[in-house]
Amino acid sequence: MLARLEVALRPEVRDVRGEKIARKIKEHLNLDVEEVRIIKGYTIDGLEAKELDVVLKEHFLSDPVLHKVAFEPLAQDFDWIIEVGFRPGVTDNEGKTASYTLERIFKKTIQVYTSEQFLLKGNLDKSQVEHIAKDLLANELIQRFSYRSFAQWKNAPGFPLVAPKVTGQASTEVEIIPLAPLSAQELVQLSKDRVLALSLQEMEVIRDYFNLPAVKEARARLGLAPHPTDAELECLAQTWSEHCKHKIFNARITYEDREKQKTEVIDSLFKTYIAGSTQKIRELKGEKDYCLSVFKDNAGVIKFDRDLDVCIKVETHNSPSALDPYGGALTGIVGVNRDPMGTGLGANLLCNTDVFCFASPFFKGELPPRLLHPRRVMEGVREGVEHGGNKSGIPTVNGGIVFEERYLGKPLVFCGTVGTIPHEIKGRKGYKKKAQVGDYIVMTGGRIGKDGIHGATFSSEELHEGSPATAVQIGDPITQRKMYDFIMRARDLGLYNAITDNGAGGLSSSVGEMAEDTGGCDLDLSKAPLKYDGLKPWEILLSEAQERMTLAVPEEHLEEFLQLAREMDVEASVLGRFVDSGKFLVRYGEKIVAYLDMHFLHHGLPQMELKAVWEKPKFPEISQDKIRVGRQDEFLKQMLGRLNICSREYVIRQYDHEVQGGSVIKPLVGVLSDGPADAAVLRPVLDKDRGLVVSNGICPKFSDYDTYWMMANAIDEAIRNCVAVGGDPNYLAGVDNFCWCDPVQSEKTPDGHYKLAQLVRANRALAHFCQAFQVPCISGKDSMKNDYTGGGQKISIPPTVLFSLISVIEDISWCQTSDFKLPEEEIYLLGLTRRELAGSEFLAELGLKGGDVPQVDVLSARKRYLTLHEAFKQRLITACHDLSDGGLGVALAEMAIGGRLGARVDLAQVPCCPGDLTLEEVLYSESASRLLVTVRKENRDRFRALFQGQVIAYLGETTALPELVFHYKGEKLFSCSVEELTRAWKATLDW
Amino acid sequence: MAKVKVLVITGFGTNCERESAYAARQAGADKVDICFFSDLIQEKVFLKDYNFLVFPGGFLDGDDLGGAQAAAIRWKYAKTISGTSLRQELENFLKENKIILGICNGFQLLTKLGLLPALENNYFERQVSLSYNDSARFEDRWVWLKVNTSSPCIFTKNLDYLYLPVRHGEGKVIPFSSQILTQLEENNLIALQYISPQNKQPTLEYPYNPNGSPLGIAGLTDPSGRILGLMPHPEAYNHPTNHPKWTRGVTSPLGTLIFANGVEYLRQ
Repeated sequence: MLARLEVALRPEVRDVRGEKIARKIKEHLNLDVEEVRIIKGYTIDGLEAKELDVVLKEHFLSDPVLHKVAFEPLAQDFDWIIEVGFRPGVTDNEGKTASYTLERIFKKTIQVYTSEQFLLKGNLDKSQVEHIAKDLLANELIQRFSYRSFAQWKNAPGFPLVAPKVTGQASTEVEIIPLAPLSAQELVQLSKDRVLALSLQEMEVIRDYFNLPAVKEARARLGLAPHPTDAELECLAQTWSEHCKHKIFNARITYEDREKQKTEVIDSLFKTYIAGSTQKIRELKGEKDYCLSVFKDNAGVIKFDRDLDVCIKVETHNSPSALDPYGGALTGIVGVNRDPMGTGLGANLLCNTDVFCFASPFFKGELPPRLLHPRRVMEGVREGVEHGGNKSGIPTVNGGIVFEERYLGKPLVFCGTVGTIPHEIKGRKGYKKKAQVGDYIVMTGGRIGKDGIHGATFSSEELHEGSPATAVQIGDPITQRKMYDFIMRARDLGLYNAITDNGAGGLSSSVGEMAEDTGGCDLDLSKAPLKYDGLKPWEILLSEAQERMTLAVPEEHLEEFLQLAREMDVEASVLGRFVDSGKFLVRYGEKIVAYLDMHFLHHGLPQMELKAVWEKPKFPEISQDKIRVGRQDEFLKQMLGRLNICSREYVIRQYDHEVQGGSVIKPLVGVLSDGPADAAVLRPVLDKDRGLVVSNGICPKFSDYDTYWMMANAIDEAIRNCVAVGGDPNYLAGVDNFCWCDPVQSEKTPDGHYKLAQLVRANRALAHFCQAFQVPCISGKDSMKNDYTGGGQKISIPPTVLFSLISVIEDISWCQTSDFKLPEEEIYLLGLTRRELAGSEFLAELGLKGGDVPQVDVLSARKRYLTLHEAFKQRLITACHDLSDGGLGVALAEMAIGGRLGARVDLAQVPCCPGDLTLEEVLYSESASRLLVTVRKENRDRFRALFQGQVIAYLGETTALPELVFHYKGEKLFSCSVEELTRAWKATLDW
Repeated sequence: MAKVKVLVITGFGTNCERESAYAARQAGADKVDICFFSDLIQEKVFLKDYNFLVFPGGFLDGDDLGGAQAAAIRWKYAKTISGTSLRQELENFLKENKIILGICNGFQLLTKLGLLPALENNYFERQVSLSYNDSARFEDRWVWLKVNTSSPCIFTKNLDYLYLPVRHGEGKVIPFSSQILTQLEENNLIALQYISPQNKQPTLEYPYNPNGSPLGIAGLTDPSGRILGLMPHPEAYNHPTNHPKWTRGVTSPLGTLIFANGVEYLRQ
């Protein structure tokens, strides 16, 4: 029997969620509503009338203090009512909890589906109501909605009962797809129709493999057709996808530099520049090398102290977040959590760091088809990461948001997670793992549905009007948390040999990768637990349903492992064994679904050959009369209010940044806890004072000028942020995360040669600057197809690299924050200011492009950072802030805001090159490697002595009077009150 | 002297168990164990072997159905493998002069189980609930708290003011009726209140009162004073560098003192 329990608030309880929706209707859609109230619906399938009565009376799904409940419509007193529910197959976490709760009581199978009714009061017409439903309350990709006016409701109250059940027949169908007879064109068409994202060359290699006599013979022995099955084709497409194989980063590239008139061949960007430089740095560090596992596992691992190692991974989840920002971002964060969880023998999750790139939330233009408004994207992503992080009990310790108009085409959602692994677990190194021949393949966690099928191949394609909706999933943090609790226990008991997560490509990928340890597997899909019937074998193999890990469990521990899982209410299923047959063998019961040579699966992919051509783009010189600013005080406030500079408090406060109890430097600092922090510091082990610093650098704004310097600046920014709180420049580990627009020359990408050259240049910079700064990269990721086409236009994101850093420090009490501490402390500027305005927030405010891009003078920068660290250790620094977006003017203002103290500075003291910079250039140039520090008078001499011979300058002093006063050679130029600066800085995103 | 044995219960989305256990150790407990709810069901662990229970913060069941609602139902109906009712175990625990601390999500669980405030000693009757903040947002911020020195609460003895983080979306106390609110006040069951840092008086003003809780209620105790539930996280202030302004030289009493009071009480 199907029944809907309606849960409304008692009249005395304020509907604050309704009030929030009303505010959003006003702010996002500019519509006036008087009131919104919400009624929750639980559509229950599987209970008898008298059982339903118990649910109601015992308040199983409601709260007697807060709610009134009924199995009939409760809505009254409204003008319009909108009901929103999920589409079949979409993850309904609350419904799942409700089902689980009732099942435990009634001891039988019960399905609960949630929905919500929004009761609107106000003078709205039908089209406005539809607008509210479509563009605020529901995402039609995953949700359905219906609405009624009060008059309609009065005639027939209530919405029809909907149980969005997935209906399907169990299927064991395996399709045979003959490739041999297909023409080149047909091969390409097949790849496209099945969303394989394979090139003609790759399709031909697959075709030829199946034509090999040895392959034919082996298949014939098993009674298999001499053609690939759907599962084999899908599995190859996934394993060979750009997402998984990083084909572009591993391609052979002919790079023509027209600026220098030179051509060369690069055999794999990854091997040459990224892995190559890390190798060199490790050799250089010799005995002091702290890297333990780089680029081979789900996350990179370094040593933290004698007993503990730390690992880090940063992922992107861009395409799904474009379609469903909430689900996409939520899945992004809980997804990246599984990387550390599946590193070595499994890591405890320590913290998250998230960086987003959006178009302006105040975008006013017309939206191209299928794209969501940037404000909706931003709110959805923010909330997805909030739920993913907070509900998992992992602090979001820092992050950033970059705004640029081209992210309208695709938002970037970088989610990073740091984990800790005991150095030794039951006599084994925690950072190592290896499946053994004979180990059981065990899948734990969630069940398999159609969610996320083709995620890997989908993300290897541009976003277009017809992008598949099944690529979207919604994460379930609690199912994952339960699995995590279980896995950590099983790890400490030494119950398994290897573990990896099910992300892109699902079982095909996780089992495929682990099977490399032993040289084969025998996987039976009929043993896999499904959410519902109707999945074909290849879909079970490829599904990216979330919250699943695959483990290699030795026979002697299998029973204990499964027993512990049962006790802890975690599903664990034995799906086969790891063997040494050399074959990737997948069956559904007796029926063979896939039978591929391990070697072909992992090494059969031909190397791509690509061409890159660099021609330095031309931008106008910036003449000095164009950059003169009228009222400096007003202009500084304008700068502070810019989207890329303004306060992010609104976002930060909604993230739990201190769960686990080890927070040392929080994302908001200062006397009123609202100033910006440069980096996060935490205490991974609560009874030790050893610290971990987490920082980020990202500056796509320089990409149009030269991605070489974009990369150099991103690395410098990450280090600058790190050392600004006390990070150790000799104990750094980096993670590079490239998000590019398609760099492969084709009809739809006529500028592919240039975009690839941009990629080459960024990689070169990475190698040069990582080596010079001695930062080994230990992990990384790339996402290469961040383009959108639709409505006759193409939007490509600016080439973007997020460079994330961790640093280990001996003593957290060295650390400092950016806020001014006390009046009459001396303010010093470290580093040289140049005429480098290209890409700056200053020129953007003036609507100009051009000039010179900031370059990084790495030798002086490294020396500066090392000396600064020494000053931190000697506790000479009372505040420190890096100069980035908005340069000196903004950095000073932010320090003043954090401390609610003023300062008097003389701009004539700023070390400049050349010496004739204008006032505006001094204030807003974004030259790299610069920091501001404050020092107590009594420490002045020691501080200056440390920096002897380096470029530093005394600019002035902090003042009790909360006013920022700028002088030039003793003469006052202008001043701003700190209160006004604060207001300007906070107003823009004060939501 | 009695041994202090602390049990920190986790599982199903609880996530502050480690720092809560750490705080209990810092507070001088003789034994601190973390167990999963499933361990109680499996009878690997028994409540009766402990005298100090901690229900830590987290997101039990993802806050689905409302914070700790599903968990309260679970506790009410769960039976161990040999058929003992967990609710009965809890009742027995309370009869023996033992103590319980519920933090954030743990506080929500205690109110929804009816262990707090238990006016007129009506334990296991839901008299108040905790629901969405007035802002309808989850927020992480530090708040100033005043201890009600007239309350019977054993956890807040000898403390007057505290500065601790709140990290919740559902922390507003909602009493079933206005009489209940009056009774809470009259019986001194309001153990902690959000105050304005200016006048140190209980406040409704945001953000000092982060959720709009009436009378600035941040924590409740039961008539015996042996149960405390509070929204702020004392375990998250276990080291001077947890204080958001420590780099400015600012400090205040550590949150671990709440645990220390519990330990002290059991020792006597």
